[in-house]
Amino acid sequence: MTNSWTDIRNTDLVVIMGGNAAEAHPCGFKWVTEAKANRGAKLIVVDPRYTRSASVADYYAPIRQGSDIAFLLGVIKYCIDNDKVQWDYVNAFTNAAYIVKEGFAYQDGLFTGYDPEKREYDRATWDYEIGEDGFVVMDETLQNPRCVWNMLKEHIAIYTPEMVERICGTPQEKFLKVAEMISECSTPTKTMTSMYALGWTQHSKGSQNIRSMAMLQLILGNIGVRGGGMNALRGHSNIQGLTDIGLMSNLIPGYLNIPTEREVDYPTYISSRGFKPLRPNQVSYWQNYPKFFVSFMKAMWGTAATPENSFAYDYLPKLDLPAYDVLRAFEMMDQGQMFGYFCQGFNPLLSFPDRGKITRSLSKLKYLVVMDPLETETARFWENHGEFNDVDSASIETEVYQLPTSCFAEDEGALVNSGRWLQWHWPAQNLPGQAKHDTWIMAQIHLKLKQLYQEEGGKFPDPILNLHWPYADPGDPKADEIARELNGYAVETLRDPNDPTKVTVEAGQQVPGFAALRDDGSTAAGCWIYSGCYNQNGNNMARRDNSDPDATGAYLNWAFAWPANRRILYNRASADLDGKAWDPERKLIEWDGEKWAGYDVPDIPPTSNPRDVGPFIMNPEGQSRLFSRGMMRDGPFPAHYEPFESPVVNVVAPAIRGNPVARVFESDRATFGDAEEFPYAATSYRLTEHFHYWTKHVWVNAVLQPEFFVEISEELAAERGIEKGGWCRVWNKRGSVQAKAVVTKRIQPLICDGKPVHIVGIPLHWGFTGAAKNGMGPNSLTPFVGDANIETPEFKAFLVNIEPSSGPATA
Amino acid sequence: MTINVNPPVAPDTAMQMGPQDYIRRSASSVPAPARQLEAVAKLIDVSKCIGCKACQSACLEWNDLREEVGVNAGVYDNPHDLTPNTFTLMRFTEWVNPETDNLEWLIRKDGCMHCADPGCLKACPAPGAIVQYSNGVVDFVKENCIGCGYCVKGCPFDIPRISKVDNRSYKCTLCSDRIAVGQGPACAKACPTKAIVFGTKEEMKAHAAERIEDLKSRGYANAGLYDPPGVGGTHVMYVLHHADKPSIYAGLPDDPRISPLVEAWKGVTKYAGFAVMGIAAAAGVLHMAISGRNRVTVEDDEEARRLTAVAPGAAPLDPSKETLS
Repeated sequence: MTNSWTDIRNTDLVVIMGGNAAEAHPCGFKWVTEAKANRGAKLIVVDPRYTRSASVADYYAPIRQGSDIAFLLGVIKYCIDNDKVQWDYVNAFTNAAYIVKEGFAYQDGLFTGYDPEKREYDRATWDYEIGEDGFVVMDETLQNPRCVWNMLKEHIAIYTPEMVERICGTPQEKFLKVAEMISECSTPTKTMTSMYALGWTQHSKGSQNIRSMAMLQLILGNIGVRGGGMNALRGHSNIQGLTDIGLMSNLIPGYLNIPTEREVDYPTYISSRGFKPLRPNQVSYWQNYPKFFVSFMKAMWGTAATPENSFAYDYLPKLDLPAYDVLRAFEMMDQGQMFGYFCQGFNPLLSFPDRGKITRSLSKLKYLVVMDPLETETARFWENHGEFNDVDSASIETEVYQLPTSCFAEDEGALVNSGRWLQWHWPAQNLPGQAKHDTWIMAQIHLKLKQLYQEEGGKFPDPILNLHWPYADPGDPKADEIARELNGYAVETLRDPNDPTKVTVEAGQQVPGFAALRDDGSTAAGCWIYSGCYNQNGNNMARRDNSDPDATGAYLNWAFAWPANRRILYNRASADLDGKAWDPERKLIEWDGEKWAGYDVPDIPPTSNPRDVGPFIMNPEGQSRLFSRGMMRDGPFPAHYEPFESPVVNVVAPAIRGNPVARVFESDRATFGDAEEFPYAATSYRLTEHFHYWTKHVWVNAVLQPEFFVEISEELAAERGIEKGGWCRVWNKRGSVQAKAVVTKRIQPLICDGKPVHIVGIPLHWGFTGAAKNGMGPNSLTPFVGDANIETPEFKAFLVNIEPSSGPATA
Repeated sequence: MTINVNPPVAPDTAMQMGPQDYIRRSASSVPAPARQLEAVAKLIDVSKCIGCKACQSACLEWNDLREEVGVNAGVYDNPHDLTPNTFTLMRFTEWVNPETDNLEWLIRKDGCMHCADPGCLKACPAPGAIVQYSNGVVDFVKENCIGCGYCVKGCPFDIPRISKVDNRSYKCTLCSDRIAVGQGPACAKACPTKAIVFGTKEEMKAHAAERIEDLKSRGYANAGLYDPPGVGGTHVMYVLHHADKPSIYAGLPDDPRISPLVEAWKGVTKYAGFAVMGIAAAAGVLHMAISGRNRVTVEDDEEARRLTAVAPGAAPLDPSKETLS
């Protein structure tokens, strides 16, 4: 989230698209009801299904899954055509006036530089014209046809209401109603918030779905303001923390990068991370990258990280591929290239696409370690459960280790919520049975490995032997100790650079925040963005002061929000060019002539002159991007692409199947189906009664939603002879499942490009362990396709066929 | 590691209630209470409800009930009806508004309405099995229940359910045990959108008025409060978007009333004797199964007269010996 859950109450219009907040985030959804009560806010829901969110919406419009970009670019076009643009904001805070480099173009669904063999773009032309002064060339009059604004207008010209209806199946009058309601938020005194989740991310162009809405929000002037923003609703209570801490194969904590094997030494690595400002006076905060990186290395290897050895740069692994994401990991297992797998706190047998491939891959492992508080299906993938897990146990040789871990309510530590709040929590009960904390298990493994390296040596034991391990009980690091390490501390005594007689932080003391971090090895910090969470004032994450002066929704003394306890990112953009709030009723921070101050921690250096320094300090431009340069693999502007398996051809670019740079492995192509054989557009989702595959282990939740089902329209049920409450079979080339049929008016056939498209909704939550009835899930059917940028699997749009059935033999 | 517990909640003594606050007691009389508690109410705002079933979950947890894991019957309602273990149930209705041609998904939390004029209590022949407090709570005292099922017939909302395990009648207590120590019902506590709120009936009516105004501003011209006068008003009320058509909400009665037969019978009936109650219980269950719900037949009425004619009469109420259910 750019904003926070509590800030949603400040909005005038909530758009839920690519998510179902009432269903999946019922507690957070309370802030939508608050906004309705406090400001008379309206709620729009755009979804293939009439969802629980839609049941309390002011307006609902249907859309075919996988067509969101066309819809959103249609709304952008509507706003531009009807002059519903917050011009002062767009002119001042976006790159609308920047001139795009010669050579960049878009034609027939492809941007310049496509290589069909590699399924990759050469992104050299996806950039700005740079002037002789080293800064980007601009045309503030927006007359130049090569300026971003005009290029954007040209790019979206095809997304007329007629085209939106053709692609999305959204009736024109419904699309126009939504567009009109959204466009009203272009005034400085009306804001819209976007609440989205996996309904946007789980597509082969998921990142671009989100970018499309971000661009719309910029055009409306809704980023950085109260009640605005791009608000990703995270699915797990700590999935935000997971990405922050860098549990991605290509990241280290705080969104720093793991080096690639081309970056053979530290100078090479850091040379491409200079982040020189593209406009005069801009902050370009990533210029501090070396400070954060070196402090991370000091936290990792302590005294073994020295200036002489480039702070132990050689200890870091070097990537030979862009990423070892989950799809690649299972592809490698399947190809016999990966032999061991540690599965900590998740359930890939039911969570990853193409279950057949997952079972096959797990069966090829030598060993599988499952660390989980629950009996997961993954830990029992080798057990035969009839139709629900039809495997030949005798032929599987994988050795499986189950290590029972603690549940969240038995843990101490911080969970990071969608709004980036690190909220400390305490255990509610002690560990049951032989369960151990994950930290204990990891520490024991580390110490054992270290011992083996000490006794037996190895090719390169240094990173393990020299790992900084300062915990009071080396076998059991405590949450408190790890939190202090993440915040960071002074390795040597720090002095004021302007007055060396003045000590700012004594050696060994906690640093106050990331501004104190240095690139000379005198500071250590495990995750720079968290710095400030546990400083000289103690554990700020444990703060529980819910006072909220003037009811702004900031709650600055409740827990700690990264970065720097800031509650709304880019908050300088809440004020106009002179630093006055766009909306005096929703003041956030303002320029008082000398400094920025207000209800939130300013997002720019507090004394920076409002006319000099742009709000988007992480960008070298200081401004936001309607044209994203080469930052994304699939284009500087979003473009409509169909899902890999689509009921219709791409009417914008008929020759192109799916996103041309989506993650696809050749070995999976044979498992893709077409609309002739599998005519129905399926999608997968969660239900409010359950949380993933956890709560089926809880009796009460199992009572509330006991059994696997699929949802279809009355029309499809009639067409295929399926009865409400009866059994049906859903299948494609990857698998087949049997489910109860929920026949509902909440799903309606859509007319796309003149032909009816039927939708099959497949919720996930059932398996073969736990209290609920045994069942299957959508991942028996979903394709092994990933997003072009972050490889998220395409769970939301695929093809199936359906027929009545007699139910599983072992139901 | 320190185990932290929920912070203690200071009891609100003003809200405390007990047997001394009974204003009605089935098949018996009660002395006029020394004090009058302020009327309470639970308000269920159907327009804010997202159907998450947190209320159902909280009800099972707080009351320590164990419902069966059922099956999917082609709808979202689970279990499929109220049971002796399910005191509250979300009922989902897909309704196409004929005026707009738009689908509306009406989600109503069903359960005891706590009528000011409770048909169950009036129909009940077992002394002290059903009581009403001066704040409006209608509660079942299971120790006194004989399982005859007359409460089911007396209820205009089809709420009570007889357990096959212990042959006693069960329904929502409005969390009388929580109210007695100054807390609201568990369902209201769990509701994430504040669709369920609890307070004095006056406060709830005022809150409902604001909600109705908001709904009218959003185009629901017939939004209104459901507090049906046919049962003297209720201590569980609904805000409905279409208050002119309660029955579209999974059969919420448009104009609920106690059967005139119950009223007539109640005029004659006094106290039922325990000796014959065992037979009556079995007969009651049988009758319910045969004659369906919500109706008191002439036969029922006659049977009640026969039973009560030989009843020796119950002992006068001694509040100090009564227990909360």
